Amino acid sequence: MDATEIGLWGVPLAILGGAIRVSTPFIFVSLGEAITERSGRINLGLEGTLVFGAMTAYAVAVMTNSPWLGLLAASAAGLCFGLFHGWICKFPKVNDIAIGIALMLFGSGLAFFFGKPFIKPKAPNLPAIPFGAWSDIPQVQAALDVNVLFLIGAALSLVLWWAFRNTRAGLIVRVVGDSSDAARAMGLNPNTVRLVATGVGGALAGIGGAYLSLYYPGSWTERISSGQGLMAVALVIFARWNPLGCFAAALLFGGAGALGPALQSVGVTQGYYLFYAAPYILTLIIMVATSSPTRSLAGAPGELSITK
Amino acid sequence: MSVITGNKAVGVETIGMTMRFGALTALGDVSVNVPAGSFHALLGENGAGKSTLVKCMMGFYRPTAGDMLVDGREVAIASPRDASALGLGMVYQHFTLVPSLTGAENLVISREKVPGVIDWRKERGDLAVFMDRMPFKLPLDVKVAELAAGEKQKLEIIKQLYLGRSFLVLDEPTSVLTPVEAQEVLGLVRDMTRAGDLTVLMISHKFHEVTAFADDVSVLRKGKLTGTGRVTDLDHKRMAAMMIGDQPIAVLDSRAAPKPDAEIVLKVRSLKAPDRTGLKSIRIEDLGVRSGEIVGIAGISGNGQKEFLEVLAGQRPRDTGEVMVRGTPYAATRAEARTLNVRLIPEEPLKNACAPKMTVAENISFRTFDIDSNGKPVSWISAGAIKAFSARLVEQFKVKTASLASPIASLSGGNVQRAVLARELTGEVDLLIVSNPCFGLDFSAVAEIRARIMKARNAGAAVLLMSEDLDELLELSDRIFVMLDGALVYETPIAQASVQTIGEHMAGHH
Repeated sequence: MDATEIGLWGVPLAILGGAIRVSTPFIFVSLGEAITERSGRINLGLEGTLVFGAMTAYAVAVMTNSPWLGLLAASAAGLCFGLFHGWICKFPKVNDIAIGIALMLFGSGLAFFFGKPFIKPKAPNLPAIPFGAWSDIPQVQAALDVNVLFLIGAALSLVLWWAFRNTRAGLIVRVVGDSSDAARAMGLNPNTVRLVATGVGGALAGIGGAYLSLYYPGSWTERISSGQGLMAVALVIFARWNPLGCFAAALLFGGAGALGPALQSVGVTQGYYLFYAAPYILTLIIMVATSSPTRSLAGAPGELSITK
Repeated sequence: MSVITGNKAVGVETIGMTMRFGALTALGDVSVNVPAGSFHALLGENGAGKSTLVKCMMGFYRPTAGDMLVDGREVAIASPRDASALGLGMVYQHFTLVPSLTGAENLVISREKVPGVIDWRKERGDLAVFMDRMPFKLPLDVKVAELAAGEKQKLEIIKQLYLGRSFLVLDEPTSVLTPVEAQEVLGLVRDMTRAGDLTVLMISHKFHEVTAFADDVSVLRKGKLTGTGRVTDLDHKRMAAMMIGDQPIAVLDSRAAPKPDAEIVLKVRSLKAPDRTGLKSIRIEDLGVRSGEIVGIAGISGNGQKEFLEVLAGQRPRDTGEVMVRGTPYAATRAEARTLNVRLIPEEPLKNACAPKMTVAENISFRTFDIDSNGKPVSWISAGAIKAFSARLVEQFKVKTASLASPIASLSGGNVQRAVLARELTGEVDLLIVSNPCFGLDFSAVAEIRARIMKARNAGAAVLLMSEDLDELLELSDRIFVMLDGALVYETPIAQASVQTIGEHMAGHH
């Protein structure tokens, strides 16, 4: 048996590697959505922002040959989407969920429109750090090839978790998300805070999109997201609006998403397609298991339109 | 500088304060003087202009005419910010604390200048020093949502003192407190005014509070000052006359003699149900309510009364136990409620007992719109019948509404409650379940609603009354239970009931 044959050990290893690879966009989108929802708004448009961010990053990277400029452009585009959502929602009787769905379709459509010429060319990828270089086994090397954005995402979730408790901005976002009246009594303008929070959320989702097109899968196609932006929104509720929870949940979802390819790689030929559905089934199971008709949702921001 | 807060009380005076909204004069030429270190009560019915007056004082409104003096000097207050710079603060009737933040977080974030990164070790140290000087003791590391109403109210007052305010407007500060909590909070506030740390203007419509705690009182009616003076010079009757003029007040029927052998209409046995956190449960071992009696359930809010009501109303599933109405198992379906004549008046009626955007007529007809006069289901709903039925009830229960076609949400709180009472008390009532029926309502509405409940009892209904207002329970009930941590822990017939003992059981000191 040679070193590359690691048999069934390949499955957990591939899941670990997959979790790290697949989870990164989930991390960014869910952290962005966590900020937005903590301020009392839901932005379902992040799915569209993710796709548009992926297209923008890819296009800019192709044209400038710099993945970092692509990343920057994607976050700027995300910021614009977020600000647009936040601006529309400040008007009375506007429903944030309906606007989110509209922006989701708008973002995807716009991305397809502008993205057509960029399906063929090859863009430079974002760099990864080979943490697995110590090993001779290629599977280990592949699994531990960690993109810098994953590390940034991990650090960001820690920072946000800390910031929600220990900074003025964090407390203000929580105040606005929990009680508009209290915020107004303090002289805060809830709409402004939500505008900024939605903008930042959009920018993070744009970065998540850049990761999709510039690292994994690493090319621009129209089916690039397949609903990851929406799942990330569900994930925020599952994570109880806690940034560390978002990170853990994103890893869990990433691992579930890697289950299908991992089984395929060790030679399971039947039924592995079923495992491609694992993240979606997991979403359903989690939502059913954590919901209850008699209990109120712990930790939910009071101003959120779905929990009011 | 005073020893307690580090602030010195300021005196505030309004001269000829007038506020017009278009053609409506909400406040006409009101002059009130609140000297430094005094406890001044502002009495008045809903809509008498109390809120308008304090909002003018606090800079929320810009008065049409009139001046403000602070410590004898004329000041211009154009915004709440100006008011707070002068040391004027307000404690609202509805809490302005953020529920999911801890007490400490609420205090720090409400400050004018908050550092970008909060050094919690330093802040905690400062807060501990500050709290040492306060007469109130409070846990500051608990989320506000987990505090009892009394603690929240104390925290609201502490927040104002923490922000350096030395003139406080308290807007009906005891409306959500138990009598014991109310006594405590107002007593401590009065001590602070006596010590010269604080000046208080308290909006109220409870006479006994005014008599017990205030030095002076001013009374408003329809935007005009109808009287002012030392509290010691005025009795309740004089104050009531100034407050409501000569409109008639409903008088409580005398209590018909209870029949100890009357039929037990509601029987609850070994009931167990999860509470809203899902972590604890409510357990009612044995409760029976007889025909022609009012059984009161006292308790500090959040001890399971709401869940109990929801179980009885069929809104919350139960784990075990049985609820029987006249010996029949009762699951609160529409059909059961109709055959057994069970009626329900939940708290916050606009939210829990009405469809706010539907019309007054439709809301009043919810129980009867789909049956004809013989109680048979109808296949076509008659708008005419709904209108005639509700017109009669609106008349009978004196619901003030612009029209039967107005959405019920446009009515005042007292009139929404009257409309709900009209719906629930019409026809045969064998069991009436009521929760906090008078919360936030004014004098005449409260008197009338209590009179209606008593009338239903005297007519033979079994009444289960849950209330956070102990005065109300003592006035209406035949027996009182105390609910604590989801269980009924104490029972007393009204003849032996004492506020002291009930209060101790409510607080769990037994």
